Amino acid sequence: MEKIYKIDVDCANCALKMEDAARKTDGVKNAAVNFMALKMTVDFEDGADPDMVMNKVRKNCRRADDDCEVYI
Amino acid sequence: MTRKQKKGLFRICLSAILLIILAFLPLEGMRKLICYLVPYLIIGYDVLIKAVKGLFRGHPFDENFLMAVATVGATVLGEYTEGAAVMLLYQIGELFQSYAVGKSRKSIGSLMDIRPDYANTEGPDGQLIRVSPAELEPGTIIVVQPGEKVPLDGVVVSGTTSADTHALTGESVPRNLREGDEIVSGFINLSGVVKIRTTCSFEESTASKILDMVENASSKKSKSEAFITRFARVYTPAVCTAALILAVVPPIISSLISGLSPDFGKWIYRALTFLVISCPCALVISVPLSFFAGIGGGSKAGVLIKGSNYLEALSDIKTVVFDKTGTMTCGVFEVSGVHHSTLENSKIIEYAALAESYSGHPISKSLQKAYGKPLDKSRVANVSEIGGRGITAEVDGVSVALGNKGLMEELKIPCLDCHCVGTVVHVAIDGEYAGHILISDIIKPDAEAAVRQLKACGVTKTVMLTGDRREVAEKVSAQLGIDTVYSELLPGDKVMKVEELLENSKNKLAFVGDGINDAPVLARADIGIAMGALGSDAAIEAADVVLMDDSPMKIVKAIRISKKCIRIVKENIAGAIGIKLICLVLGALGIAGMWLAIFADVGVMIIAVLNAIRALSVKNL
Repeated sequence: MEKIYKIDVDCANCALKMEDAARKTDGVKNAAVNFMALKMTVDFEDGADPDMVMNKVRKNCRRADDDCEVYI
Repeated sequence: MTRKQKKGLFRICLSAILLIILAFLPLEGMRKLICYLVPYLIIGYDVLIKAVKGLFRGHPFDENFLMAVATVGATVLGEYTEGAAVMLLYQIGELFQSYAVGKSRKSIGSLMDIRPDYANTEGPDGQLIRVSPAELEPGTIIVVQPGEKVPLDGVVVSGTTSADTHALTGESVPRNLREGDEIVSGFINLSGVVKIRTTCSFEESTASKILDMVENASSKKSKSEAFITRFARVYTPAVCTAALILAVVPPIISSLISGLSPDFGKWIYRALTFLVISCPCALVISVPLSFFAGIGGGSKAGVLIKGSNYLEALSDIKTVVFDKTGTMTCGVFEVSGVHHSTLENSKIIEYAALAESYSGHPISKSLQKAYGKPLDKSRVANVSEIGGRGITAEVDGVSVALGNKGLMEELKIPCLDCHCVGTVVHVAIDGEYAGHILISDIIKPDAEAAVRQLKACGVTKTVMLTGDRREVAEKVSAQLGIDTVYSELLPGDKVMKVEELLENSKNKLAFVGDGINDAPVLARADIGIAMGALGSDAAIEAADVVLMDDSPMKIVKAIRISKKCIRIVKENIAGAIGIKLICLVLGALGIAGMWLAIFADVGVMIIAVLNAIRALSVKNL
């Protein structure tokens, strides 16, 4: 299942860090961040609960870059 | 400017002024250090905080940490001015990047400003009521006044006007509309008040669909983006490791050779220069920004590209496969004759028009047009379409078969060939051959020029696929200068032909169609280009590139846009990596100091960003 989330992040490299952080989160099959559009596309593992996974994604992203935001 | 940016600008100005003042003060020793720490901390406190946080979280190659190490290191080595100035320039670079990116986001956003804010419905005593377009059911009558955006797709029921279609098609000549014409959301009504009967809900309207497509352009990354991302991931650690080696190895080796004590200070300074150059921002921003600008420029010209991977693929298309009808020809057929008819010509056309009355195919429209009277659909029953062949129906209780030679063969009705070029519709009434109707199509005025210019753009092979008869197909392709033509294909055959072409060629293949019947082919080609897609949902969904109007020249335009964008991407990759590598070499040799390093870093980024924004301008392509 794929969902698109709005994000906020300052620099292109920070967006890459977010992408890495999101990919490493449990329940995420794949993630892509489009820095110019400020969108994160998350492909969830089968049976994962998107809301719960996204909370973890947000936490991991914050650890990678302080100033970022994921709007769930 | 956002609040964050304003704050950044204020800090930059403040610390720059302080640094200039300090440069004229005769300070020494401890007092000098403390004085220089003030502007340094003003400009760099956030970087320092992030660096410490990053370290605790296990990100040693975080660019904040690297900047912190480089500038603190410079200060420890006694280069107070350099420490503060490098941080200042770094922040100027960050601010510029954030400003430029925000600016281009905004300008691209405003290009696609087709989102309607409201719709007018008419109240009981004729006054207009503003409502949200999302609330309206299909079939509602809405009123659009001059200067307003058309909020929903529909049909004009009263009034005449001209509409500005520029935001959707890139076409600057207004379109004239009158009763019965289709009107599409995203048009701007220019001259008269019109009443429209809506044909779809807000979510299904063209404007919503296009906005959705532009905003959620595929997250698939282009090869160049993937390359630069991978490069950035190894670049920073590699440069940092090099810096560490540079700080330790040369001084020890030189001291072993000369027998003097190692000169760590000099080499540590050079290593710190490396850390300044190690920030990957210029690399990482330049490529996606170029693609974003290229896609934005395309949508301004009526060429919607669904993702940077498609924009990239467009630039090395070598084979272009065209559908004939509606793509290279106008798709507006006119009845040019009735031959061998056993009944009166008008009677044959009447039967044909009625039998085809449920079909939206261009041929049936031209039959209906030739009939010229309102169709009484109650006279028609048992309509069945035979894909790629024709139609059978009962009209006034008489069975009518209508279609190509294939249909007549299937029904075992002998038919007569036509010697004129055009589409021949054979008619059989009550199982007896009743003659044929000749319908001709017109080649689009700029189709021939488009084929010629595609060749000039590097396309080596052009192919035309059509369900039409061989004579027609060959005549059209000869007129257009198309290399190969495959005719008399059923819809399924088109997919097979494209697959065959894909197998036989290593290069990228694009299929151009009008989205009617060819959605599977659009999906199968490397790049599916749908043309004249206003109002055709299937095409918008299946295609990778959507041309908003139906001029074949737009294909050329799309390829030129992508070539320009890819050239910019390549310039940026080569420029950014090249300059960084040169600075690394100069830094290692001690020729470039920290000053040059930060100028190179920020300068490269500014040049890359400005260069990327060039991709937005596509007017003269």
